[in-house]
Amino acid sequence: MLLAPISIDSDLLAYSRQEFAPPERKPVARQGASIVLQGLGKAYGARRVLHGVDLNLKAGEFVAVVGRSGCGKSTLLRAIAGIETADEGNTRVGNGAADASLRIMFQEPRLLPWKSVLQNVALGLPYGLGRAAAALSTVGLAERADDWPAELSGGQRQRVALARALVHEPNVLLLDEPLGALDALTRIEMQQLIESLWRQRGFTAVLVTHDVQEALALADRVLLVEDGRIALDLPVHLPRPRQRGDAAFAALEQRLLERLLQPATSKG
Amino acid sequence: MDWRKALAPWALPIALLLAWELAARIGWLSSRILPEPVAVAQAFWTLAISGELWAHLKTSLWRAASGFAIGAGAGLALGLLTGTWRQAETLLDTTLQMVRNIPALALIPLVILWFGIDETAKLFLLAVGVFFPVYLNTFHGIRSTDAGLVEMARSYGLRGWPLYREVILPAALPSILVGVRFSLGLVWVLLIVAETISAQAGIGYMTMNAREFLQTDVVLVGIMLYAVLGKLADMLARGLEKYYLRWNPAYR
Repeated sequence: MLLAPISIDSDLLAYSRQEFAPPERKPVARQGASIVLQGLGKAYGARRVLHGVDLNLKAGEFVAVVGRSGCGKSTLLRAIAGIETADEGNTRVGNGAADASLRIMFQEPRLLPWKSVLQNVALGLPYGLGRAAAALSTVGLAERADDWPAELSGGQRQRVALARALVHEPNVLLLDEPLGALDALTRIEMQQLIESLWRQRGFTAVLVTHDVQEALALADRVLLVEDGRIALDLPVHLPRPRQRGDAAFAALEQRLLERLLQPATSKG
Repeated sequence: MDWRKALAPWALPIALLLAWELAARIGWLSSRILPEPVAVAQAFWTLAISGELWAHLKTSLWRAASGFAIGAGAGLALGLLTGTWRQAETLLDTTLQMVRNIPALALIPLVILWFGIDETAKLFLLAVGVFFPVYLNTFHGIRSTDAGLVEMARSYGLRGWPLYREVILPAALPSILVGVRFSLGLVWVLLIVAETISAQAGIGYMTMNAREFLQTDVVLVGIMLYAVLGKLADMLARGLEKYYLRWNPAYR
């Protein structure tokens, strides 16, 4: 039962690796949009969640946001998505000339249980069933198109949610801990899938996660959020695809973890 | 194996019927209190052949259907209204909750004064009784829509009517159908009472009339008919659930 989707995934990844082989990413026509945050602040009642966050994300960049739970990293993402309105400061996605499209993937798949898998992917695309089918096959679930979401496993549901986000060919993909509830194996598969799709399509990706390894495996830059501020901005210059056992990887992981585990009082 | 499983729910009713028949034959039961099943079947047959039964059945079905349509339709419409708009809830809900606590049957004297004893009075009683289960469940269904799904749909550009049609309404449907099922059961209870007050046709009339002439067998035919109709209404409601909620593993 678990074997079929895995083989489809690895086929897909093998194919994409050939085409976009390391050492350097092809400078294909990028569709990513830049994101600029200026002095972003947000409070829920008396509790301030974000303290004047300034941030510049380049188009096509993959940025991971890590931090303890409750540090404001999810709020930051939701403010970029426009789901949460900031109390102060402003957000600009893209250069403002064209309407940059932006899609968010939530921690839960949030599929509509009364629509088939294919109809879920085509949500918000009135005549988009053909494109939805294509998106579904990029995540390796073409043959499940007519099933109900309730019939899929957790990992498969998240893949459908990914297809649903990508069918709109967004300039920005926001990921709010989408892999948090998956088992370790499915999680690594999903990370590889997200990475390969990001390389093919070149959207700007912002991934909120509590998993330092996941952040380092995927991101060009890791931001550490602490008490509503960006406490650390760490570029990750490791060749892709990244090996988790690698010494440089381990060193970065160690550094991030140490910073995260510092008692909150001793921060600079 | 399969036929055994299919027949199992009927074993008890059949055993009861046999015991009843036996008790009547031996003489434990006088036919004035409870006629034997065979006599009931004969009465059914006589009524069916004369066409009398079908005329009564048609009248009752029509009353049940139109009373249900009016009451459930109004309940659905108002439930959607108060579920969707806070202002509508503020304005209407308190009033409706007060009215809800009046048993529909307590309105009978007033209904007779208002509408007399013709069809309007019966339809009004049915509609009032059926209204509240549908109203309450629709309201509840709309209000308990998963906020996460609505947030997701909004972020995918769904607004207004498409959002309502694709997300809110389907999310409320399981709850709405619970109300419909409850109402379909209730409509027969109300119909019996409405038809026994005063009527010139209908199963209730047939039963009351038979009582006057001590025709216990016909009375029993009427009671059995209500049981069968109630069961059919329940099957209809289940069919609706099975079809509209086929996405939900709990209803498959």
